[in-house]
Amino acid sequence: MTNKEYESYYVPSQSHWPIVGAVALFMIAFGAANYVTDLSNETSGYGGYLLLAGIALVIYMLVGWFSDVISESLTGKYSHQMDNSFRQGMSWFIFSEVMFFAAFFGALLYLRVFSVPWLGGAGNNVSTGAVLWPDFVAQWPLLTTPDGTTTTAMGWFGLPLINTVLLLTSSITAHFAHSALIKNNRGPLKVWLGLTIVLGLAFMFFQVQEYAHGYSEEMRLFLDSGVYGNTFYLLTGFHGMHVTLGCIMLIVMWFRVLKGHFTPENHFAFQAASWYWHFVDVVWVMLFVFVYIL
Amino acid sequence: MTTDVIEQDSHDEHHYDHKMTGIKRWLYTTNHKDIGTLYLWFAFIMFLTGGALAMVIRAELFQPGLQIVEPDFFNQLTTVHGLVMVFGAIMPAFTGFANWMLPMMLGAPDMALPRMNNWSFWILPFAFAILLGSFFMESGAPNFGWTFYAPLSTTYSNGSTAFFVFAVHIMGISSIMGAINIVVTIMNMRAPGMTYMKMPLFVWTFFITAYLLIAVMPVLAGVVTMLLTDTYFGTSFFDAAGGGDPVMFQHIFWFFGHPEVYIMILPAFGIVSTTIPAFSRKRLFGYSSMVYATSSIALLSFIVWAHHMFTTGMPLFGELFFMYCTMLIAVPTGVKVFNWVATMWRGSLTFETPMLFSIAFVILFTIGGFSGLMLAMTPVDFQYHDTYFVVAHFHYVLVTGSLFSLYAGAYFWLPKWTGHMYNDTLSKWHFWCSLISVNLLFFPMHFLGLAGMPRRIPDYALQFADFNKWVSIGGFAFGLSQLIFLAVVIKCIRGGEKAPAKPWDGAIGLEWTVASPAPYHTFSTPPSQQDIDNADQHEH
Repeated sequence: MTNKEYESYYVPSQSHWPIVGAVALFMIAFGAANYVTDLSNETSGYGGYLLLAGIALVIYMLVGWFSDVISESLTGKYSHQMDNSFRQGMSWFIFSEVMFFAAFFGALLYLRVFSVPWLGGAGNNVSTGAVLWPDFVAQWPLLTTPDGTTTTAMGWFGLPLINTVLLLTSSITAHFAHSALIKNNRGPLKVWLGLTIVLGLAFMFFQVQEYAHGYSEEMRLFLDSGVYGNTFYLLTGFHGMHVTLGCIMLIVMWFRVLKGHFTPENHFAFQAASWYWHFVDVVWVMLFVFVYIL
Repeated sequence: MTTDVIEQDSHDEHHYDHKMTGIKRWLYTTNHKDIGTLYLWFAFIMFLTGGALAMVIRAELFQPGLQIVEPDFFNQLTTVHGLVMVFGAIMPAFTGFANWMLPMMLGAPDMALPRMNNWSFWILPFAFAILLGSFFMESGAPNFGWTFYAPLSTTYSNGSTAFFVFAVHIMGISSIMGAINIVVTIMNMRAPGMTYMKMPLFVWTFFITAYLLIAVMPVLAGVVTMLLTDTYFGTSFFDAAGGGDPVMFQHIFWFFGHPEVYIMILPAFGIVSTTIPAFSRKRLFGYSSMVYATSSIALLSFIVWAHHMFTTGMPLFGELFFMYCTMLIAVPTGVKVFNWVATMWRGSLTFETPMLFSIAFVILFTIGGFSGLMLAMTPVDFQYHDTYFVVAHFHYVLVTGSLFSLYAGAYFWLPKWTGHMYNDTLSKWHFWCSLISVNLLFFPMHFLGLAGMPRRIPDYALQFADFNKWVSIGGFAFGLSQLIFLAVVIKCIRGGEKAPAKPWDGAIGLEWTVASPAPYHTFSTPPSQQDIDNADQHEH
């Protein structure tokens, strides 16, 4: 161990990006809070503008910060150990995302297994059902809530099934792109990565279609249509935001590939984007099973 | 090997820009010691802020009747006091310790992701600006308790929910990034030859704590998001009319909340497991059992959350399951207390201020642990729930537990941080004043709770008056005593007896092999196996 050649660990010089990022997050949080509060009080204010400015600033920060990192990487400042730090950092970030979705899946599970049946009088809650909501019938999907709001359920056949096929395929093409990168086949790499992006964009397109369908007068599946609509929109909505983020990552990677970045040995950013893509894919499979089918 | 200070590799410095001066140094820094200092000062300022809120609470409760604040403002005070102390004082203080000490203990040049480290810190002041700023807004500050139970925070919110939710969101981002940095630093930055089971126990406890943070902070983000949509966008996660359940809020919240409790105590275990061996001049008794006990506590923390909600409606099986699991935690915790006592057993003890705080920690934390056991028993909890007994319990584990360990650690490493010894006499005053006043403050709360005084009320029945008077006097005295600490720290930064590289003869670990104050950059090249082994030995 001791005679091993030591590669020095790159500790970056001072950077102004983090403080820019902190200010941006402040603008987003404070702006969003003002915006939401104004919305509910039916007043108007500057919250929305502050929120948008914050988002613009965070994008500016990310571009600047990543440019620094990319140029450090291209000029060979990073050691193998540094690469490991990035990889581990990304893995734990994805784990934290898993736990974020776990909160919503947990809520879905609790609502289906406990709260809806209990409202219908299951367990030792006979009087809850009889006194508070005598007409309420416990069922899932919850199409008629205790206070009488009605809605319809989104079936799994059709758009959701197409989307499942699209995302699963995109995970495979992402893997082919990675294999091509490792074999240094730049041509196939561009094609497979490009195809992955196209599949991702198609998924997003169909998701928007599905939302439009849900929000139609025919389906009346709204965000506030009781817990079925709540869980449907929050789970698919957060997943959709993650797909969007993943797509942006992949597009950035595609342009970096065009510029000749990444080698078979050294391509952490590509790897991270592809991990992230596989992660959103797995979340979708869970969604498809628990939100749509079951 | 008292003077065996490892030369700093000065020609390695071209990696870094030179230390900037003025405000830019602190805004742009990527240095773990600078960021550690920022965290520690921020935490202390928040501690004084939260303390000031508590002083108003205790002034109102000094005698029965309403004299100083309106009930609604009282609720805002208790809520923000809790949030500030948990998320603003205790957690950032531990992150400050992690930043300062982990790279030095591991023989690493810095934290693994230094720029992200800066980001995680600087989010915090902004988050608390939003939270504390809400005092001055039309809605007022959050008034639904630090646990923000629905429907208090949804249907009956005073309009502060959105500000609260988004402040918590960015706080959570900060915590998660800080925790990822800690995990990656420990996994990836250990000096060659420092295997996991050779790491100081301090490092182990932060390692496990960081995992807990990564696992549960996102759940907090999830639950506040549902709270936001329930309050402003018409969802009904926590509203029975739409098929939801307010009790579900408590389940998800406490799934975060119970591990959160251990996030605030495991690092404390790490600190006293460092100081007690140093002043007992013995190795820590049962190192590996400490590692396993800490891990067990962390794992158990995920399956005990509903002991916070025995009275809020759960099937009987749930009550029993959570009661038994909770009691199981006493086993690994008992292992720890046993090991600390066994470390002191037949050691050559001296009672410097860090040791005084550590011993007080062991005894008083154990009292808090015992009251926790009482609360863990479901039928008994039916009486204690939401009384001052609970308040007494968690202040014993958080104040005489976490906070006392922070003081132990601060006195222990102040010479390393500042290069000066702290003023011993003042520090002893700080300890004894704190010790006496803190018990006057929190011990009678047990009796108040057993007699039935509910928590979170601005007024109370006459029979509670005498105890409350003494509690308030203890509170004011404890609050004032903390200013002594501020004086000690400022004096210690400005001057004082020059500290040697290793001011404590019983201390072990790599941080004592570098000069005091620790140079701006340490271990730019990792220490050799020989250095690691030497640093791990007692002198005699």
